[in-house]
Amino acid sequence: MSSETGVETAAGARHRATGRRMSTGRAGDKIFVSAARGSGILVLAIMAAIAIFLVWKAVPALQDNDANFLTSEDWNPNATPPKFGIAQLAFGTVVSSLLALIIATPVAIGIALFIAFYSPRRLASPLGYVVDLLAAVPSIVYGLWGLLLLAGNMEGVSKFLNTVLGWIPLFGGDSPGRNSIFTASVVLAIMILPIISSLSREVFVQVPRANVEAALALGATRWETIRMAVLPYGRSGMIGASMLGLGRAMGETIAVAMVLTFVPGINVHILEDGGSTFAANIAKSFGEASTTGRGALIASGLVLFVITLIVNMAARAVVARRKEFV
Amino acid sequence: MTSPTLTKKQTSLSSVSFGRKAKDRTVQALVYLAFLLALIPLVSVLWTVVKNGAGRFDGVFFGHSMNGVAGKDAGGGAYHAILGTLEQVLITTAIAVPIAVLTAVYLVEYGAGGRLARVISFFVDVMTGIPSIVAGLFVLALWLLALGFSFSGFAGALALTILMIPTVVRATEEMLKLVPNDLREASYALGVPRWRTICFVVLPTALPGIITGIMLAVARVMGETAPLLLTIFVTKAINTNPFAEPQASLPTFIWDQAADPNQNSIDRAWAGALVLILIIMLLNLAARFVARRFKATGR
Repeated sequence: MSSETGVETAAGARHRATGRRMSTGRAGDKIFVSAARGSGILVLAIMAAIAIFLVWKAVPALQDNDANFLTSEDWNPNATPPKFGIAQLAFGTVVSSLLALIIATPVAIGIALFIAFYSPRRLASPLGYVVDLLAAVPSIVYGLWGLLLLAGNMEGVSKFLNTVLGWIPLFGGDSPGRNSIFTASVVLAIMILPIISSLSREVFVQVPRANVEAALALGATRWETIRMAVLPYGRSGMIGASMLGLGRAMGETIAVAMVLTFVPGINVHILEDGGSTFAANIAKSFGEASTTGRGALIASGLVLFVITLIVNMAARAVVARRKEFV
Repeated sequence: MTSPTLTKKQTSLSSVSFGRKAKDRTVQALVYLAFLLALIPLVSVLWTVVKNGAGRFDGVFFGHSMNGVAGKDAGGGAYHAILGTLEQVLITTAIAVPIAVLTAVYLVEYGAGGRLARVISFFVDVMTGIPSIVAGLFVLALWLLALGFSFSGFAGALALTILMIPTVVRATEEMLKLVPNDLREASYALGVPRWRTICFVVLPTALPGIITGIMLAVARVMGETAPLLLTIFVTKAINTNPFAEPQASLPTFIWDQAADPNQNSIDRAWAGALVLILIIMLLNLAARFVARRFKATGR
């Protein structure tokens, strides 16, 4: 792989060096170059426009806001005077996606290891396809499934966790229910599994053969080989993969909106019904939103946009650093 | 896909101590378990959707809209929603594909290594991570609030375009990079201008791969619900014009029906989910098929 990209960049550099001359000044060439460059610049313009228009439409609502946007737990932008804050939404978003990440990462890395090293080699690609199918299922279907099937089955699990781990505030509370942040996290975990596992698998496949064979030559067992040769090599790749999964979980809307029942106020007992996230709140409140209400939703969407942007950029940076050093 | 084999060769020289062997076996069991664990939701989702969706998977469902049908009534269907989804996805593809392919052409053929190309490439990555609801909010803020247009299928298509562009750019870019440089050079040597080389040599060579990428991207945006809720709004009636008035779509149809506690509505929601999954799986399979044929003939 690396040699191929090496050739590619060399070719690219050569293209560039002779680029001006290769555009012969013919009309067709000129038009095509401008169309291609224009499309690329359009992509940049779209990104800029997203930030600009979200800010523009959010500011009036924020100015009308009678409560502290960052610390208030209420969401009543349609009231007079409008009062809304993102505290509850931020809490729900962060807790549900982190929990999803904690559930999904070990399983996803297990799957990646299974496909890369444990499964019969001929089956590796079909099995990878099966896991990718999980990613092909649309989120609305996960929402429907989570609401009508999983939530019912999660009640027992929640009660069990509540009895056994009730002394931890997170799992405490008096009435563990089915439409809780915990159930939403499980749905999210399923949805981000394929991303984390396919990216980790890509990294595992790139582990230099020499490292693996050296470990085997020293008499390492299969697990010892993985621990000594594969995991250290793939560490930053796995971290990047899970961070991309985190970003995806934070932005996931419909599945969460369908599973959660809205109860106002932050509730640290995540096994109890209630809670909301940025995205779910937007989908649920949009139908009845007034002008200020829409502005308020755009403002909360802006916060979500910034958070996911930071998470994603950090993830890309982690992955890119690996590429540079290895 | 050359994964190094870790099959341990037992030699008579050394025997592995019990502790190490036990640890090895435990990890192996855990890894197998992880894979089986992932199969549970997949099988469960597909099975429930097929089982519950089959009930209303009938002619009425495909031939009728929800106009005048209340939640508790039997009958009614998703004709308006299927029509809306097809129109929206078609418009999305028509807008997103040219932009995305040209962007990829710029990244690989013209800009490679340059500063503008690196910036574009970075923001395409960032764009991949945009939550779909934010794309919806953007179109709401720009198209509906700032420019004053009304809810329409086209507004929904604009939101989906933003989600589709980065996927298609990445797929096309990968495929263009696979085109051997010899082909380009041979074409230049014959005095063919650069744009003709790209249009008639490079792109056709990469075409099957690009089509696979486009189909996968279409399958992905087809299931998006959140941006559509904010841009096409809801309607129960058939609206064939994507440029005016709210339009329905399959995902928002499911969302709407699932919100109604009546069993008849829930059944319609499941049937809608079955139709949606069928379309998406077919697209996925077709994409794999195209990709495989490319592999067989292209090398």
